[in-house]
Amino acid sequence: MNILVLIKQVPDTNEVRIDPITKTLIREGVPSIINPDDKNALEEAIRIREKVGGKVTVISMGPTQAEVALREALAMGADEAYLLTDRAFAGADTYATAKALSKAIEKFQYDIVFCGRQAIDGDTAQVGPQIAEQLNIPQVTYVRKVEIEGDKLIVERALEDGYEVIEVKTPVLLTAIKELNVPRYPSIKGIFNAYNKKEVKILTADDLEVDKNELGLKGSPTKVVATSTPNTERAGEIFTGNIKEAVQNLVERLNSRHVI
Amino acid sequence: MNDYKDIWIFAEQRNGKLMNVAIEILGEARKLADKKGVNVGAVLIGHNVENLSKDLISFGADIVYVVDNPLLSNYTTEGYAKAISELAKEYKPEVILYGATFIGRDLAPRIASRLMTGLTADCTGLDIDENGLLLQTRPAFGGNLMATIKCPDKRPQMSTVRPGVMKRAIRDDTRDGKVIKFDADINESDIRTKILSIVKEAKNVVNLEEADIIVSGGRGIGGPDGFNIIKELADVLGGVVGASRATVDAGWITSDHQVGQTGKTVRPKLYIACGISGAIQHLAGMSNSGTIVAINKNPDAPIFKVADYGIVGDLFKVIPVLIEEIKKLK
Repeated sequence: MNILVLIKQVPDTNEVRIDPITKTLIREGVPSIINPDDKNALEEAIRIREKVGGKVTVISMGPTQAEVALREALAMGADEAYLLTDRAFAGADTYATAKALSKAIEKFQYDIVFCGRQAIDGDTAQVGPQIAEQLNIPQVTYVRKVEIEGDKLIVERALEDGYEVIEVKTPVLLTAIKELNVPRYPSIKGIFNAYNKKEVKILTADDLEVDKNELGLKGSPTKVVATSTPNTERAGEIFTGNIKEAVQNLVERLNSRHVI
Repeated sequence: MNDYKDIWIFAEQRNGKLMNVAIEILGEARKLADKKGVNVGAVLIGHNVENLSKDLISFGADIVYVVDNPLLSNYTTEGYAKAISELAKEYKPEVILYGATFIGRDLAPRIASRLMTGLTADCTGLDIDENGLLLQTRPAFGGNLMATIKCPDKRPQMSTVRPGVMKRAIRDDTRDGKVIKFDADINESDIRTKILSIVKEAKNVVNLEEADIIVSGGRGIGGPDGFNIIKELADVLGGVVGASRATVDAGWITSDHQVGQTGKTVRPKLYIACGISGAIQHLAGMSNSGTIVAINKNPDAPIFKVADYGIVGDLFKVIPVLIEEIKKLK
């Protein structure tokens, strides 16, 4: 099985702070991580290779710093890593991102394209299905279990109230959720190899067979026209001190609002 | 571009039952369409589901487009994507809204890619701007930032909408509408995934989205046993138990209880947050609740800023007294 795993380097959103004046992200000091769902995709790809043989290739699109994420993926056990980086990709929405990634994927032999369900910075879950459509291959999203039977996969797809069992032939695109597995930590040897024996190869827009007008901001049908911080403040009445009195005050207020 | 008009919704049904979010986006579509003076279309896909057209019209649709085919009796990405794409090419809607369910979020990007148009995920606010364009507002970066997005040059403009955010349309059985049956020419070869089985999981079905009262626990409850007292308070009030992401990540409770940007969006009449500090990611899921009560021992916890009422104190001391006082009332 040749498996392509798409990973994204993201700021750890638990640590993200917003500048109250400029309404932009404060990126300084915010750790970057491999997007969590993508790590589940990578883990599963490595497990499949361990079982049936083949090759795991990781691809990431992003600024040059994203090399760190690819090195971590190599340390976990990926065989090869490619960084898709170019100013021409900047400002891409999910459509233009999927366009660039599909053009890169077309340069490889693959049976499975494995992505995370969604990235924690955008939470859109769109890029996977958009790539599957561009490549004209079937997709299964929200994958929580994968079994290989020759060139067929038996996949469990999570639903809100259960799951579906789906049979699909390769080539196929899958998106992973965290219920799929527990990603491994890189071994010391893995880390050594990732930095000393393996390389991260660079692909730019010139390496892809695509019109540059279809990439980045220019190739994006959607435009962000405004950003703001959510305003959720209420003029709260806060009770402190004696608990019994505080509770009685609260119950009286709730009762007069007819909510209890 | 000017050929495109009308506002459509994807009327998602499962087993012949309309999803709540379909009624929610129908209500929203009605508002947007009235603002633009256009029709609301509802797209109904499945097998033997035409009877739902009447409901969709009562809830605000002017036209129901029905694609009925035995190959569409269960949801498949490719079957549904073809049905909607073909319909959209034929009838040219200006806007299509989908519920951001596990199905809507699988389907809408596939269609957006096929129709070469834009798609905005998980919207929490929609409006029409002065030029008649759809304004789509969504949280980003874990709810830390709200972004407003437009799709100026491609059609249809498409959004998925978070379940539980928009208000349900109000039923009016006197409304009239028409039904258009459409043959999307679906063949077996169009659908490359085969559903072997659909399994319902018998978990304690936690229906947070429809609960009138939610009592939620956060890190401050100390551990999995801390949910016992939360449950006790919820039971006395006839409510259900919610949870913050921290407690779910720690494995104290299952993720179907999770409220927030990565969990569920809720708008109960009463939301009681116990031992929840109020991370933006949590607020993104509950700040539209009717009345918000916060119980936390840290007076500086951000949750107090979004609360109507707060008690500063140890929740293990406050909640037993609260249970006692509520019992007196009943």
